Amino acid sequence: MREINVSQLTDVIEKLCIEANEHLPEDVKCAIKNCRACEDGEIAKGVLDNIIENFDIADNECVPICQDTGMACVFLEIGQDVHLVGGNLAEAVDEGVRRGYDKGYLRKSVVKDPVRRGNTGDNTPAMLYTEIVPGENIKVTVGPKGFGSENMSMIRMFKPSAGLQGIKDFILEVVETAGPNPCPPMVVGVGIGGTFDKAALLAKKALMRPIDSSNPDPFYADLEKEMLEKINQLGIGPQGFGGRTTAIGLNIETLPTHIAGMPCAVNINCHVTRHKTEVI
Amino acid sequence: MEKHITLPLTEELAKTLHAGDSVYLTGTIYTSRDAGHKRMCEALARGEELPFDPTDATIYYVGPTPAKPGAVIGSAGPTTSGRMDAYAPTMMSVGARGMIGKGARLPEVVEAMKKYSGVYFGAIGGAGALLAKCIKSAELIAYEDLGAEALRKLYVEDMPLVVIIDSEGNNLYEMGRQDYLKNRQ
Repeated sequence: MREINVSQLTDVIEKLCIEANEHLPEDVKCAIKNCRACEDGEIAKGVLDNIIENFDIADNECVPICQDTGMACVFLEIGQDVHLVGGNLAEAVDEGVRRGYDKGYLRKSVVKDPVRRGNTGDNTPAMLYTEIVPGENIKVTVGPKGFGSENMSMIRMFKPSAGLQGIKDFILEVVETAGPNPCPPMVVGVGIGGTFDKAALLAKKALMRPIDSSNPDPFYADLEKEMLEKINQLGIGPQGFGGRTTAIGLNIETLPTHIAGMPCAVNINCHVTRHKTEVI
Repeated sequence: MEKHITLPLTEELAKTLHAGDSVYLTGTIYTSRDAGHKRMCEALARGEELPFDPTDATIYYVGPTPAKPGAVIGSAGPTTSGRMDAYAPTMMSVGARGMIGKGARLPEVVEAMKKYSGVYFGAIGGAGALLAKCIKSAELIAYEDLGAEALRKLYVEDMPLVVIIDSEGNNLYEMGRQDYLKNRQ
């Protein structure tokens, strides 16, 4: 049994909120640079040059990459031998978000009620996911999620007879419908299986995985490659101005599902696909 | 084609701009998102004046991050313009001609642009740190309670934009994609 004070979580989340918003992961930067090298059109090249210049400025000057500093999605993998002390877990997480968004001069983009609106003023609450895993550590991941892309995401409950083709068509349909809105080049997170809610969570988790990684199952690793190629044949291009680079990455996560169904969720992210992890 | 333009966006100037033009824009612009647009349109419906003179004005759809000490403004890239579609024709009807944002617009907005010689400029979505460099001054002028969504008056220099939809209704989102697919074959 290892005791961890929740105040440690608060400190780590504060730090990760700021760092994730200022520094793009290396795999994303690398993918954008590789795509820049493959574009021919003047407008597409210019857009990608500006995007590269933008993340360099954010890196060097420690300012937010994008003004939509997102909702703070917080994933905690808590070892089952951990005993949390010193206060309420959810409150400690929110306090970390509150401090990070204040000290980091990040935008407060959360409203307290979905219909009646009204800004909470401190970007809380976090969207918190906890998972109990073996061990005595806590793995903390913060992924600030912008809504220009979140708004273009979709979920569909397929009949099993729709098969693999149904999934492929759906992924392309979501990207096609999103078009220029989610600030392409985008990153596509796909969740297949589970239940209605689990499929959406899988899609979000797919966005937290490095885009230079592959699904461990070769069937899905091939599907990731194939779908990324098909998306990049649509011609939407950087910012939707036309070009080769519509997406810089596509990750798929799956779960077993019911005999009667095949849920599929597609979570869209922009080129500012941010996430930062630390282990306590 | 690359063009350097200075605001206000008169009808004459608007008509020289074409979908696909790269534009470096200098002058005074106003910021507003959907919450601010809703209030402005409600004010107009009550017969009240807007917090700024809309004649030949350009509105930037942006909600910046807070300015760090010593900075003019925080990161300031465009938000999705489609959320302002419900209000854009009303804003154009009182003289606001330019819109800066990202993403698709509804046909009724394009119709209003043709009627009032409006221009829809695209700023690069997600390039908030880069775009903030062009903003030389920022002043809060109304709706302070909306926080990031408050109305601000900005002075920008050489802001890098692309004309997405011009006053004739030509649309880069359609043209750019078609050109790319045609050339690839």
